[in-house]
Amino acid sequence: MEDKKIKDVIVVGAGIAGTYVARELARYALDIVVLDQESDVANATTMANSAIVHAGYDAKPGTQKSRFNIEGNAMFDQVCEELDVPFKRIGSLVVGFDEEDRKTIEKMYADGMKNNIPGMSILDQGQVKALEPNISEKVQVALYAKTAGIVSPFELAIALAENGIDNGVHYELNTQVTGIDKEDTCYAVHTNRGSLYAKVIVNCAGVYADYISRMVGDRSYTIQPRKGEYYLLDKKAGKLFEHVIFQTPTAKGKGVLITPTVHGNVLVGPDSNFVGEKDDVSTEAMSLEDIRRVATKSSDKIPFHQVIRTFAGLRASSTTGDFIIGESQVAKGFVHVGGFESPGLSAAPAVATYVANFIGETLLKSAKNPEFKPRRRPVVRFAELSLQDKQKYVEKDPNYGNIICRCEQVTEAEIVDCIHRNMGATTVKGVKKRTRPGMGRCQGGFCGPRVVEILARELKCPVEAVSYNGEKAYIVTEETKKQLR
Amino acid sequence: MEKYDLVVIGGGPAGLAAAIEAKDNGVESILVLERDQELGGILQQCIHNGFGLHVFKEELTGPEYAERFIDKLKQAGIDYWLNTMVVDLNNERILHCVSKEYGFKTIKAEAVILAMGCRERTRGAINIPGTRPSGVFTAGTAQRYLNIEGYLVGKKVVILGSGDIGLIMARRMTLEGAKVLAVVELMPFSGGLNRNIVQCLNDFDIPLYLSHTLTQIKGKDRVEQVVVSEVDSQRRPIPGTEIVYDCDTVLLSVGLIPENELSEEAGVLIDPRTSGPVVNEAMETNLEGIFACGNVVHVHDLVDFVTQESQRAGRFAAKYIQKQLDTKQTEIQTIAGEGIGYIVPQKVRISNIEDKLELFMRVKQVYNQVEVVVKTNQGILKKVKKRHMAPGEMEHMSIPKKDIEAMDIHEIHVEIQEVQA
Amino acid sequence: MRQENLICISCPVGCHLDIEIPSEGEWKITGNKCKRGITYAKAELTNPVRILTSTVKIENAHLKRLPVRSNDPIPKKLMFQAMELINTTVVQGPVAMGDILIENILDTGVNIIASRSMD
Repeated sequence: MEDKKIKDVIVVGAGIAGTYVARELARYALDIVVLDQESDVANATTMANSAIVHAGYDAKPGTQKSRFNIEGNAMFDQVCEELDVPFKRIGSLVVGFDEEDRKTIEKMYADGMKNNIPGMSILDQGQVKALEPNISEKVQVALYAKTAGIVSPFELAIALAENGIDNGVHYELNTQVTGIDKEDTCYAVHTNRGSLYAKVIVNCAGVYADYISRMVGDRSYTIQPRKGEYYLLDKKAGKLFEHVIFQTPTAKGKGVLITPTVHGNVLVGPDSNFVGEKDDVSTEAMSLEDIRRVATKSSDKIPFHQVIRTFAGLRASSTTGDFIIGESQVAKGFVHVGGFESPGLSAAPAVATYVANFIGETLLKSAKNPEFKPRRRPVVRFAELSLQDKQKYVEKDPNYGNIICRCEQVTEAEIVDCIHRNMGATTVKGVKKRTRPGMGRCQGGFCGPRVVEILARELKCPVEAVSYNGEKAYIVTEETKKQLR
Repeated sequence: MEKYDLVVIGGGPAGLAAAIEAKDNGVESILVLERDQELGGILQQCIHNGFGLHVFKEELTGPEYAERFIDKLKQAGIDYWLNTMVVDLNNERILHCVSKEYGFKTIKAEAVILAMGCRERTRGAINIPGTRPSGVFTAGTAQRYLNIEGYLVGKKVVILGSGDIGLIMARRMTLEGAKVLAVVELMPFSGGLNRNIVQCLNDFDIPLYLSHTLTQIKGKDRVEQVVVSEVDSQRRPIPGTEIVYDCDTVLLSVGLIPENELSEEAGVLIDPRTSGPVVNEAMETNLEGIFACGNVVHVHDLVDFVTQESQRAGRFAAKYIQKQLDTKQTEIQTIAGEGIGYIVPQKVRISNIEDKLELFMRVKQVYNQVEVVVKTNQGILKKVKKRHMAPGEMEHMSIPKKDIEAMDIHEIHVEIQEVQA
Repeated sequence: MRQENLICISCPVGCHLDIEIPSEGEWKITGNKCKRGITYAKAELTNPVRILTSTVKIENAHLKRLPVRSNDPIPKKLMFQAMELINTTVVQGPVAMGDILIENILDTGVNIIASRSMD
């Protein structure tokens, strides 16, 4: 990849921040390239988090976190409708167990009111129980926030990437930035696959944002990755809880949450531990046991025997304690989206709009892109169709009649489509993130070989070349009977 | 809407035996629905021998056993649809299924036999900590890749679980060129047949570590290492006993779970001890006209018993369709007493029993030199001395109908008693 | 006198066999539930044999692998050699269950046969 033409913008990182910024930048007539070291978008923090769109009372008033969270929360309905991404405003409860919790809840409520967050109220025990019958008897009080919601963060990032490409954005995956030089009229971004040149760089590199900043001499913050581990429960547990259930933060920590997911599972977690490695997403027996113990405070009805998966994700925690959104003081044309831990997901629409506007209007003074299309082609989710609609789809296209993933009822047609869209799946994990085979209770045991077969066929490659998550994550080593070759 | 007298969901050994038996007992319109590309179910990938000793008095491979029933089914002219998935079933026996070939179909059945088999317990369900690289497979999925598709899933393998599937795959992977470093078993005894320890492990010098488990999986993109620890009597890892294996593949053989999603959606009552439907002597569920047999009811060790149980379901489904099944009499319960994990059937209508009441059960722990005692409210019915019983070996008791039909029985109770020395 | 303990693999029961081998005369074999245990014990301690099951590459059929078996046990020490031979064999479909694919493998008198029909 050697491209001497100077681009307008290079975005480093294709998580929720990078994909969103790039899509918003596409509203301008700009030449935009997004780089990511992974084999797919949304392959790090964006695919392993609580998936919550926070109401915004939680962040300290006056911070960037607070401002962008509150703005961003209100933007989710529109973007998820435009991009056909699952999103539900189910509301949240911060549950309290004693007087100290009550005081904290009252302060959170007051802060929220100061920021004009709508739909908040303080509930007593009876009211909480009415909303959540399975909540613990020990819950005395709760802060209710109507505007909190749940979303699929990786589906959103994928949709933003697809829509970005539809609107002219260019993506380079498996591309790791190794160094940046300031040249006369632009930046030279050196990668493992060659060098690119651009007037503006947007740093959306998540846990690696400080590494990228340092490449232009900006040392204004350090990112300390904070790991959070989770339990994911079977959809059979999906009806137990209706809202996001937080615990009141105490001196000991933020507690652990229980939440339905937008697909009908239940998520329990996370804990919070600083880790030394920027890619340590391992789970640990002791952490998982701690999460279980703490979660049980909110409800003793959590069916841990219905866990289908445990996983961990890293938060890009900045030493400054807040987001770092804006142009670098040290490097003109280098724009930070740094420290993008919670409420990063919730803030993403507002941050991306702000950054894109800043670059489009102020930095590059660009014309708008008159061809910009905010909508992507809707995704068919066979499992969610009515019986009549299922029949219609099967009659229209027999590939909807071939169910590949038994647990999540995903058809061949959906899988083939997700491979061939822009930012289409190229790996088993990519298919999983886009259409869900492998997310069910058999965790890919039944559908795995079938998905591999479809990928090999559609990508026109041998089965041995189909990977789980990039080339090094191979699935089968070789065809047997190799003596014959 | 299509109409059939009998729809059998699943064309593996259970579904095949049930369908054939129903046909032999006078049911004419039968449809078998199979989601895979051919009939035979899991037997098609079980290429090893050990099947059919009871039913055929021969030791057949899985595919050989399957073919005998597939041939009979075809000769009997029984309809079957392949690559067809049932997406919906209700308690009125109306079901919806989809396939590329047949499209979207609505079918009304006089009787339904559930024969969906089971799935494998996953890493997620048993919570092995560590990273989540590729290279972790359930043994059955690795078996499918190897025996049906023709691919080796890895070269340096550690297997968790010494049940038969794990042991069989230890041998199979070795024969096809992989190195199996160890089989690790949580319990202090192996879950598989003795013969498999000999012919799958000893033959290849593969070590078996009892009372051990995997405590961590390591590797960024693909499995690189696993950590194996000894466990104490409470099955908790003992700190300081960790051994690290360099490997690229983990196979999990940690249990099978009956696949009852359709059953539950229809309203079938499930026994939490078996994870399968509560059934009576006719293999009928709580929903009238819906029967169940095979691994979907309880996980079997020998396919021969699956066949016999499924033939019973087929006969009774036929009786039901022909309106010859007495559905009105009282059901008595079978009660799993001391030491017994579960009993199938959970309920019995004595007058429907054919010649013998067949009780299938599993014990909760290993027992040596004990007696299995079958009691009713009228007293002890039967006592059988057993030298050795284990949870991994399904037990079977036959009670002749004539021994109980005249008595006024409210319940049948089975328990383990120590033999008086 | 030599004492051996074996687990019989002739059938799924897996009887524990005790074998007493005198320097001269008949072996004393106990623990078997049927006659096959005797045959097994004698063979295992003199010339152990195994049934071999595997798959073979098949062309002109709806699947790519055909399950195969030895119709009788072959000497254990020849197993990997037999696998080499099986792995270098390509079978052409259609095949009927029981078809001989490799006759008299490694001069053992044992055939490798198809474990199922495939077309």
